[in-house]
Amino acid sequence: MATVLDREPATTTPGSPTRRRRVPPVVWLIAPSIVFMTLLFGWPVVAGVLQAFRGEDGFTLEFVGRMVGDPYFWPAVRNTLLLIIVLIPVQFVLAISMALLLRANPRLKNLYFFLWAIPLAVSDLAAGLVWLAVLTDRGYLNSLLDQLGFEPVSWLAFDNPTTLFAAVLVAELWRATSLVLVIVVAGLQGIPKDYDEAAAVFGASAWQRLWHVTLPLLKPSLQVALILRTILAIQVFAVAQALTGQNFPVLVGETYRWYRELQNPNVAAALALVILGVSMLTSLVYLRVLRDKSRETAS
Amino acid sequence: MTATAPPVDRTPLRRYRRNRVLVQVGCIAITAFMAVPLYLITLAAFSSRQSLNEFPLPLLPTDVSAETIGTFLRSTGIVASLGNSLLAGAGTLLLSTAIGVPAAYALARFAFRGKDPYQLFLLFTRALPIVVLSVPLAQLYLTTGLYDTTYAVIGLHTALTLPTTILITASVFLAVPVDVEEAARVFGCTPLQAFRQVVAPMALPGIAAASIFTFVLSWNEVLGASILTLTRRTLPAQVLTSLADSSLAYRFAGGFALVIPALLFIAVMRRYLTNMWGSTIR
Repeated sequence: MATVLDREPATTTPGSPTRRRRVPPVVWLIAPSIVFMTLLFGWPVVAGVLQAFRGEDGFTLEFVGRMVGDPYFWPAVRNTLLLIIVLIPVQFVLAISMALLLRANPRLKNLYFFLWAIPLAVSDLAAGLVWLAVLTDRGYLNSLLDQLGFEPVSWLAFDNPTTLFAAVLVAELWRATSLVLVIVVAGLQGIPKDYDEAAAVFGASAWQRLWHVTLPLLKPSLQVALILRTILAIQVFAVAQALTGQNFPVLVGETYRWYRELQNPNVAAALALVILGVSMLTSLVYLRVLRDKSRETAS
Repeated sequence: MTATAPPVDRTPLRRYRRNRVLVQVGCIAITAFMAVPLYLITLAAFSSRQSLNEFPLPLLPTDVSAETIGTFLRSTGIVASLGNSLLAGAGTLLLSTAIGVPAAYALARFAFRGKDPYQLFLLFTRALPIVVLSVPLAQLYLTTGLYDTTYAVIGLHTALTLPTTILITASVFLAVPVDVEEAARVFGCTPLQAFRQVVAPMALPGIAAASIFTFVLSWNEVLGASILTLTRRTLPAQVLTSLADSSLAYRFAGGFALVIPALLFIAVMRRYLTNMWGSTIR
């Protein structure tokens, strides 16, 4: 009875202490998302671990063994890691240069930004097909070379691993640099130009201003972009599939192959766990390294 | 008299002009890298089959024809998969907006216990690779009878987009001043009325931007959709699975069909881009 009486005024006078006894509105607002995410994230992750490690009679390492024993596994690991190591630095230099060019306020700035942002919404499969049109044996690049009097090159040939790697690299650079660009542009907007101008007044060169003023202020944006980009780069798949088929194995492509072609979801689940582990590990390393560095500069 | 005017030092002006020229050159070079492939895929999709077999390929639109793209659209499964893609995108948009908007409002307006862990949880899920979900989800869907349905794809895509939707929409709500909402309450609105009549209209453009982004994410997602479906494929999944045994013309037309929504999306969303990504960072 008392609780009913207590409840009545609560609806008319929000903020009274009795309000706490009801379910707070926040719970109603965020509960659906938590339930949904638990169903579609928590459950599959647990199921995935079980799938990878549980055979007919309990715990087994059979699937992990088959995964590691596959002749494509180590090339896939190597290719994925190599791609990240080369791609990410090139991509960041390019994106930061693009953002700085836009900050110099050139004529047609808005048009440039529009054109440079388009790949942001292009899927990796589409990007692979776009670059296939350019790089295939009888494609546009070879047509251009031919018209200029050069010998055509088979960029995507199986026996040409360097150009194969370069093709995937260029396609990924084309597709995903926009994401870094947009994050860096947003970050630059948050930095007042005063700092830069002050440094210029005191005689800092353009390079010094970039290195000692702009980049340190951009660090939070760069950190987010770095983690996001690396995790997305670990998942590179459709670009390689569209450009090279099976000739340039990558980790996610192997997962797809084990699931679809070899019909073995258990090995596929084990591979997915490898990808999860690598993603988690790199974000942890990034968070630690970047934080330590910022402490050093602070002290 | 004019001859005695002091000489003007033109070096800074010259340096300024030279810098402007260099900036333009840089911009044009990067634009070429970004736009030329788009031009070429459009060219390839609108060439006739015969001219695609020529070598060297014409680099200018000498014979425009709808043959290649027409053949692609008429080949088996393309129209159906286009429908599935639109359906999956619309479903993802609705579901993730319906679940995401309340959560985003809570993040923007309330201080509650567990807010930081909740935000961290969102960031963590956004970082989770989609393969990790797809393979076990296929098994779970098989047991629940959801496998090979558009609902299956909608579920996966909503899980994929929900964290981003919540974080973007929360920043949209943060941009709506609390004062107007309080004023509405002072004048006698219930919380729901205040939200519907005051906050929602102001937040609508931003929410729309976030929803359209959700649609594009769903449209672009390849791997999960092709693992979770066999017959009811989305367009990217259809293109991916027929990649190995299809002609080059088919692939070019497919690439072009997949690029179009991106062009539209960026054209419409251009002004929101930096706001959306800038605010998700914090």
